[in-house]
Amino acid sequence: MKQTDDFADLYQEVILDHGRRPRHGQRLETFDATAKGDNPMCGDRVQVWVKLKDKTIGAVGFEARGCAISIASADLMAEAVKGRGPGDTKALFEAFRSMARTGTCPDCGPALEAPLERLAPLSGVTNIHPA
Amino acid sequence: MNDTLTLPFDVTRIRQDFPILSQTIRGKPLVFLDSAASAQKPRVVIDAMVNAMETQYANVHRGLHWMSERTTEAYEACRDAAAALMNARDRSEIVFTGNVTGSLNLMAHSFGRRMMKSGQAVVISGMEHHSNIVPWQLLRDSHGIELRVAPITNSGELDMAAFEDLLRDGKVGLVAMTHMSNVLGTVTPAERIVRLAHEYGAKVMFDGAQAIVHRKVDVQALDCDFYAWTGHKLYGPTGIGVLWGRKELLEQMPPFMGGGDMISSVTYEKSTWAQVPHKFEAGTPAILEGIGLKAAIDYVQSIGYDAMAAHEAALTEHALSRLSTIKGLAIIGQAQDRGGVISFAMDGAHAHDVATLLDRQGIAVRAGHHCAEPLMHRLNLDSTARASFGVYTTHEEVDALATGLERVRSFFK
Repeated sequence: MKQTDDFADLYQEVILDHGRRPRHGQRLETFDATAKGDNPMCGDRVQVWVKLKDKTIGAVGFEARGCAISIASADLMAEAVKGRGPGDTKALFEAFRSMARTGTCPDCGPALEAPLERLAPLSGVTNIHPA
Repeated sequence: MNDTLTLPFDVTRIRQDFPILSQTIRGKPLVFLDSAASAQKPRVVIDAMVNAMETQYANVHRGLHWMSERTTEAYEACRDAAAALMNARDRSEIVFTGNVTGSLNLMAHSFGRRMMKSGQAVVISGMEHHSNIVPWQLLRDSHGIELRVAPITNSGELDMAAFEDLLRDGKVGLVAMTHMSNVLGTVTPAERIVRLAHEYGAKVMFDGAQAIVHRKVDVQALDCDFYAWTGHKLYGPTGIGVLWGRKELLEQMPPFMGGGDMISSVTYEKSTWAQVPHKFEAGTPAILEGIGLKAAIDYVQSIGYDAMAAHEAALTEHALSRLSTIKGLAIIGQAQDRGGVISFAMDGAHAHDVATLLDRQGIAVRAGHHCAEPLMHRLNLDSTARASFGVYTTHEEVDALATGLERVRSFFK
């Protein structure tokens, strides 16, 4: 990546990487749940599939169209929720939403520190899409 | 317009008329290349609206007092200015609406529901804005009007042979078509479209939202039946649009919205309608916006369409030549006759990424489907980035875009 400061604060290496080569960017042939998201304002679309294993998320796949940040978000989310139970996933979702909207997560406990750190590069979007 | 007042075109002087353009964005000079979405406003428009609020404001068409009479005069002067701008035969052919969407919905309801019969058809083109698609779909579904789409060629021009084929069975009551694509910049051959449509007995309406910004529109020379445009793209305020229609057609059409200001008399048993254009102008109109639009039209006339069109043609040519040298950048749409709107797509970068990284450099472009999803499907794209030019755009800004795009490309490489 070229070091271009006014670009790199938003498009960090991890976003470029996962935006270009998503690890989970495919539909699951067998799955327990699926959901679609659609942003008519910008035209982004995503569908996510989940396969459960022993009451935790065993596999995640998605198909999306959108910008690098959008694709990387889906991929990093898939990575972050894999292996988590439903309650745990929900807590992470709330914590991430707070971080993405405000840049901080005052109520996040130590258990969420590691996954949130991984998702931290996405917190820059608060600068382009303010809450 | 008094020709002796026209000064030679000088973009530096023109930029001084637009207070907003002197700003910096993220520490960089603003390069505003999104005028096709909405244009910036010259000082004369801002002053006209503020001055009206400060010195001369009341409701129009109803007060028997000095303020109301003066405000009515100022507002109605916009109708004269719009009629002159379009070379309308009569000022009463100018109907004020909210925007082009408002005009198209008026057409679908009033012309479509009452002047067309079930089994008749409306023809649009394959490069329409959603506002010239959805009202006709609603009409189709409620009134059995068929919706036909005239395809475009690979260069992004109207396929005239296919268009004529759609007219042949004589069922087409109305052709409603863009005069200039907001995505491809294509200017449609309006005179030929009108001639063909009239041969087959169809009326013609143009969506001139983009076209009237870039070239002189003379409705008598075009010989069309309706023409819609909006104030905010022509350096005027938001909230006011113009629908021009032939008087004899407007007179046959029923009202669209009912309410105050559009009636002749009202009893519980029966109401009668005001004369055109007021029959179509229910409720308190956009008074300040009309006053602002009058100032915008005067401003455009003072520069003159010949000068504006020459400036924008030179800019567009410069932009096409600069952008075509950028590796991996595809210019979407290669129409022969085009205006200052250029869509492009970059290999390996989504249009939103391109727009976001241009924004980081102070360059404002639009990205997305541009309210033209069916056209995007035709182009096999889900979005494009789009640069569009106005009377204040400079060659240096086009160069900044090209340099900015080179930076984006090397970042994503």
